[in-house]
Amino acid sequence: MNEPLLQVKNLCTSFNVDSGEVRAVNGISFNLDKGKVLGIVGESGSGKSVTAYSIMRILVEPGRITGGQILFNGEDIVKYSEKQMRQFRGKRVSIIFQDPMTSLNPVYTIGNQLREAILLHTDRNREQANARAMEMLQLVGVNEPEKRLKQYPHELSGGMRQRVMIAMALACEPDILIADEPTTALDVTIQAQILELMQSLQKKMGMAIIMITHDLGVIADMCDEIIVMYAGRICERGTADEIFYNPRHEYTKGLLRSIPRLETGHARLIPIAGSPVDLTNMPKGCAFASRCDNCMKICLSEQPEELDINDFHKASCWMNVKQVYDEAAAEKEAESK
Amino acid sequence: MLKYTVKRVLLAVVTVFIISAITFFAMNAIPGGPFAKEKAPDPAVQAALEARFNLDKPVHQQFFIYLRNLLHGDFGVSLKTGRDISQIISEKFAVSAKLGGMAALWAVVLGLILGSVAALCRNRWPDRLIIFLTTLFVSVPSFILATILLLVFALTLKWVGVFDANNPNYVLPVISLMLYPMSYITRLTKSSMLDVLGQDYIRTARAKGVRDSLVIFKHALRNALIPVITYVGPMVAYILTGSMVVETVFTIGGLGTEFVRSINNQDYPLIMATTIFLAVLMVIATLLSDLVYKLVDPRITFD
Amino acid sequence: MTYNADKLPKKNLLSLQIDVSKFEKASDAEKAQHETMRESTTFFRDGMRKLRRNPLAMISLVVLICLVLTIVIVPMFYPYSYEQMITVNGKRDKTAKNLAPFTYSKNEQKAIDEGQKIFPHIFGTDELCRDYFIRVLYGARVSLAVGLFASLIVLVIGLLYGSISGYFGGKVDMVMMRIVDIIYSLPDTLMVVLLSVVMNQVLGNALKGSIVSKIGPNMISLFVVFGVLYWVGMARLVRGQILSIKNNEYVLAARAMGAKPGRIIRKHILPNCMSVIIISVALQIPSAIFTESFLSFIGLGVQAPMPSLGSLANAARGGMQSYPYKMVFPAVIICLIVLSFNLLGDGLRDAFDPKLRR
Repeated sequence: MNEPLLQVKNLCTSFNVDSGEVRAVNGISFNLDKGKVLGIVGESGSGKSVTAYSIMRILVEPGRITGGQILFNGEDIVKYSEKQMRQFRGKRVSIIFQDPMTSLNPVYTIGNQLREAILLHTDRNREQANARAMEMLQLVGVNEPEKRLKQYPHELSGGMRQRVMIAMALACEPDILIADEPTTALDVTIQAQILELMQSLQKKMGMAIIMITHDLGVIADMCDEIIVMYAGRICERGTADEIFYNPRHEYTKGLLRSIPRLETGHARLIPIAGSPVDLTNMPKGCAFASRCDNCMKICLSEQPEELDINDFHKASCWMNVKQVYDEAAAEKEAESK
Repeated sequence: MLKYTVKRVLLAVVTVFIISAITFFAMNAIPGGPFAKEKAPDPAVQAALEARFNLDKPVHQQFFIYLRNLLHGDFGVSLKTGRDISQIISEKFAVSAKLGGMAALWAVVLGLILGSVAALCRNRWPDRLIIFLTTLFVSVPSFILATILLLVFALTLKWVGVFDANNPNYVLPVISLMLYPMSYITRLTKSSMLDVLGQDYIRTARAKGVRDSLVIFKHALRNALIPVITYVGPMVAYILTGSMVVETVFTIGGLGTEFVRSINNQDYPLIMATTIFLAVLMVIATLLSDLVYKLVDPRITFD
Repeated sequence: MTYNADKLPKKNLLSLQIDVSKFEKASDAEKAQHETMRESTTFFRDGMRKLRRNPLAMISLVVLICLVLTIVIVPMFYPYSYEQMITVNGKRDKTAKNLAPFTYSKNEQKAIDEGQKIFPHIFGTDELCRDYFIRVLYGARVSLAVGLFASLIVLVIGLLYGSISGYFGGKVDMVMMRIVDIIYSLPDTLMVVLLSVVMNQVLGNALKGSIVSKIGPNMISLFVVFGVLYWVGMARLVRGQILSIKNNEYVLAARAMGAKPGRIIRKHILPNCMSVIIISVALQIPSAIFTESFLSFIGLGVQAPMPSLGSLANAARGGMQSYPYKMVFPAVIICLIVLSFNLLGDGLRDAFDPKLRR
């Protein structure tokens, strides 16, 4: 098998604030293969976005990567110089952000901002860059691209702006596109359009996508693999089918219970009680323990390790260990009889 | 934009009218003021006043006559010297404009540079030093600052020549006049720069691979400048009133000195005319800065 | 941290010797104990904590408190008066003119030689043989009082006007705000000067003999001008605050639950705009002191012999080269007061302004 395009190994990212060190990302590892779609799911503050910013190395003070490696084609970008990093950003990996309303610079035209990205990373001259910008706008389904290029961001609707953001991110044909909650700030109807657009672009251009969202429904039929994050750690990972139909972490189960489904009819949605842990003062054991309905004594004292459920599924929950243990005990009992 | 401009110009005209009215009627209310018949400082002046201000007519008619005269550039005559006020203003204002113009220019240039530096070196020593100094500068009344500068650098250390009419040395007056607005602009630029640097579009620019210096000069500075434009109006007002102090301390024969002298002399027509003249300048400056603000920021819709 | 589960065949788990009791369900109490809760703080307590950590603001506060105590207490037992010449043995001492700090006049020296005790002139004396220290103290008193009182006027008028305008909204608001717009566009310093010139003349005659004449018509006119012009900024601020808070979800929620307007104002609106208003008042005080000193400079300040820091500094400009200390003392104190208020105001804003919190 080929080397994965992107390997994140034991990444740790912290923010030093007044009240201590906030460990936003606490030792996570994952791989991303060429042309695949990886979904990262979790609630606000679980470290999804920080993971994305760490990969782009666009963390703002006081955030910094405190440990681990990020290997892109085998090269550790954590060790890259700022100059190398500039060539990496936008060219190899691009990102689109949550809020298209504020992600474009209000005082420059759409064309200016699109061209900037193209001119930075390719040898095109101004005119060619303009042509490319127009081509990209057409590709993302913006009507009247020529007119749009001369417009300012505030003259466009939210959905249009997100399309522009996507065009800008893809203009230099990156290997990886990170989408940080790309539809959260949009209307539901627009959300579907943008997701469809991203899927079709992925087929056309063949880049890998890291799709970050707090909404499991958004990524259900799009992702090859899904990672569920909680409090800066990965608690479960697997194919979409495995995660949806065979969740093996109490947190994932909670997440699934909290999204509306057609087949459950009128059954009430069940929220996850409590609020996320204080990241400056991480408890011992499993971070989810205090909110978990099936919390056991061991969950409070020891951190669960990642366990293979099957070839496509891993989870870090003591429940799985208990299950294995119970099964083995039952087997043993049966044997002895 | 046109609609906004018209609205804004109308407001400015109304403001100027109100200022003129306040000034005129306030001056009229002074017992023994310029328009009281019984207290003639000099029969000749009194006669000139009567002729100019039509003192036999009701007060509101006098006001409109005064306004009409103003529009024709006729500001009346000084009570003390009997000179034509429009002449005094045009002559003295040339000096004040030179001083004020230099001060404004330096205040803006230095303020922008220092503010940006402070924002970029946030919480490091250049930031702390700049903020300390600017806080200090806005805490010293201008006449004290001007006097201290004069005493230390011109009279004691003799680094800079004292201002005199034949050999005007504008260094100290400009510094005295500039420090307050410069400090203000520095603080304004810093906070606006910090605000802009935290915006999502700055993150977008960085994610595109734009170099840091370009992120600041292209993407941040232009946005950060927008709030500073709104300060131009108040700055002109500050510099015009500040020049009264600075010109008096450095004995520069400008409009500021003339105004202070007219107050001490109770030369009411001169006070009145100068007040209206300065107020009109301030209103125009505010009007211009508002219009430029709308022009520069494409986000603002013109309703 | 993560180890490869492949290397751990399921059955081997039994050999890990895991204590079975650990797999018992945890009780709620155990769960609650597990998570160390974040220390809960109120908005106010959190702000005070931030303020206490701001050394500049705390130093300013201490400086201001010391200053206020000094100018209140010291004149009570200080042997000289701010308006009278120094007397030696009951006789006016005309030799005590323009003394340097901690020096004595000829007559005083003579008296000391005769065994009398004479309180030193800490800041020297002025050209009218008055003790300069007490004059500076009184000047600071006047300047601070002007600042506080003017800010109070601004606060009261602005708060009333702004809350009426903001709370009623609609046409009332529109008319009230147009008035504010017009007053706001007047150049304030010029208007202060103009009104002071006029009121000085008008009030000068009217006030003769009354109690307020000691403060002088200039001060009265300064207060009037503040009451007429400077409140608009405060009114705008209060209105804006009320408007934004009024439309907040938690106020709507309170209203939906049937809370009375009085309760909404008391419980939700006032606490939320209090911090912004206090900050604005703290920053208004130095600006009023500035205005007073500016008026003193152009000859429209407090009535002699009453001193203010501005008028003292201005009077000292004449003999500046011979007696620089006469300039330095009031100048330093005025800067100290204004600087302290500015730093304290900045500190308060950093600690309490919700807009700065991210």
